[in-house]
Amino acid sequence: MEQIEFNYPAKRKVPKRAHVGVVGSGDLEVLLEPSEGEVAHVFIRTSVDGFRDTWKAVLDRFFTKYDGAVRIQINDAGATPGNVQLRLEQAVEVSDR
Amino acid sequence: MNEYTGVRGTVWFRAFTGQASSMPGDPKSVLTADAPLGNDHARFLCVVPDSHARFPCARHGEVGLEEAATLATRVREVIEHDKNTIKRPIVAIVDVKSQAYGRREETAAIFLAAAAAAGAYGSARLAGHPVIALVVGHALSGAFLTHGYQANRILAFDDDGVMIHAMHKEAAARVTRRSVGELEKLGKEIAPMSYDIRDYAKLGLLYKLLHVENPERPSQQEIRNVQSELVAAIVDARSGPMDLRNRLESTAARETRKASILVRTKLAAQWLEN
Amino acid sequence: MNDKGYNANFINRQSFIELDARERATALFDAGTSRELLGPFDRVESPWLAMQGVTPQEDDGCVVMKGKISGQAAVVVALEGAFQGGSIGEVSGAKMTAAFDLACADNERGIRTSAVMLLETGGVRLQEANLGLATIAELMGSILALRKFAPVICLTAGTVGCFGGMSLAAGLASYVVMTREARLGMNGPEVIEQENGVEEFDSSDRELIWAIHGGEQRYATGLADALVDDDTPQIADVIRRFVSKGVPPVHRSSQVALYRNRIAKLDTSQQWDPKEFRALWTTNGSSEEKR
Repeated sequence: MEQIEFNYPAKRKVPKRAHVGVVGSGDLEVLLEPSEGEVAHVFIRTSVDGFRDTWKAVLDRFFTKYDGAVRIQINDAGATPGNVQLRLEQAVEVSDR
Repeated sequence: MNEYTGVRGTVWFRAFTGQASSMPGDPKSVLTADAPLGNDHARFLCVVPDSHARFPCARHGEVGLEEAATLATRVREVIEHDKNTIKRPIVAIVDVKSQAYGRREETAAIFLAAAAAAGAYGSARLAGHPVIALVVGHALSGAFLTHGYQANRILAFDDDGVMIHAMHKEAAARVTRRSVGELEKLGKEIAPMSYDIRDYAKLGLLYKLLHVENPERPSQQEIRNVQSELVAAIVDARSGPMDLRNRLESTAARETRKASILVRTKLAAQWLEN
Repeated sequence: MNDKGYNANFINRQSFIELDARERATALFDAGTSRELLGPFDRVESPWLAMQGVTPQEDDGCVVMKGKISGQAAVVVALEGAFQGGSIGEVSGAKMTAAFDLACADNERGIRTSAVMLLETGGVRLQEANLGLATIAELMGSILALRKFAPVICLTAGTVGCFGGMSLAAGLASYVVMTREARLGMNGPEVIEQENGVEEFDSSDRELIWAIHGGEQRYATGLADALVDDDTPQIADVIRRFVSKGVPPVHRSSQVALYRNRIAKLDTSQQWDPKEFRALWTTNGSSEEKR
């Protein structure tokens, strides 16, 4: 079990919270909530250890396009980077709707 | 020491009722008798091995179709009989190997037979009968749900031969891909996974843990002591509500089942909103 | 088949099985009347999983929703089969039990409140063993209390089905609704094969599995009250029907003499062909009604 945290700069307030996904094998759930300040905090709990760099790469890429001030919690059970990207995008879609 | 031997049920049934037989027409695997207990006349029930049972997968102390259907019948009989009178105690003496694992059982819906038995015990409890479970040996999974787990009060011996669990060790080891030794060690850190009855007691589900030197050969004094404990459990059951909320109110539960208590509190609060 | 060469109804059906627990529960309520209780943002998760290297889910794989069905108060609890096989842990079991207790209390206050349980579950979550088992017993007690006032409807659609200790909860339900894809039984084929060998149950024989545990067989043997297509509007409609129908005169699990007699008359010297068993089972009892 690994806990990983990242912070990214944020510019805008976010309308509402969003929850997507399921902690199934190869999947993850994302809880996205508006937060104060100009930072986006990401907290990851994953049952697959040793992939911090991969997580960073995915999130770095995600945050080049996303600038919401949020707290994102991820509960992961071995999702691929592609799946992580997908779930994050789904969460943003729900949040910005 | 942990192994299911299938003798304890008969030993304790005989200790309390003076006999070890099934009622006319019932399978030999279900012992039923009415006997004095304190100031009451209690119904005692027990499931025991019957190597000549009709169903091949239920010959070694498993709770199968006939066992479940018979339990349901004998418990409902008490409810019906006591409809307009004092609600007699019902005592489930529990030493069951497991539920019956068979194709016939699945085809003929053992899940429903088991539900019928559990439903009978639970209905008896809700009707005001003190239902007491005395775990003298093994109480596994579906078998315990069927026979004993609907009780107002559960008592058990603090003995290595007593085991309450969701899956026996070998199967659990296979499924979780661990060794039996690793599983036992895990149980020391994680109380709900333990096979040790003393750890089970930490979950707050037991009314009392009783000490008997050798549960397969109890002395007369020990039998009398256990009877007194059953009587005390009956008094305690009669003094409280007929649901299972007492399981979360014990000191131990308030420690190990904090999450359960939190769920109930938070859900109740949110239920009323808007 | 129409002249376009495909079955438009099949293509246009809204699959219920493809929905997750939250979507399934929502679909059963009158539009706009439902709200979730103890949802993911309340963060009441299992206290036992992370320490064993298993990632928890914030709702512990159990969705509780309150709202109206056919204009009447109802609570729906839905197990997420994709999380730990829908298995019952301390929290998911406590959510179900607490929801039914609250519904029961409302009924006692004169607010008729029905319950629907969407069971996709293998039974007890092994990582929580005795707490999972205990909470199933408690849930069963709550079902018994609640079903006196209002129907407790079990819906199992697949793909996980309803097995283990939770099959007893299904057995106590007022009504059981299944799709053909769904399965219901105490012990799954793998467990039976493990315990009593491949002769007893070949767990690789998919046809056998559905012939014994599948929705169609359960319906044909009087153990399920409705067999539905994997179609969300149809399923919601069937649920509405059972909510309106109310408490049955006698619950299936209370028909003890009927089932005891059926079991007593079975020839146990051989295995039974599941199709032949249908006639065997339903004619074994003395005159009895199908609901």
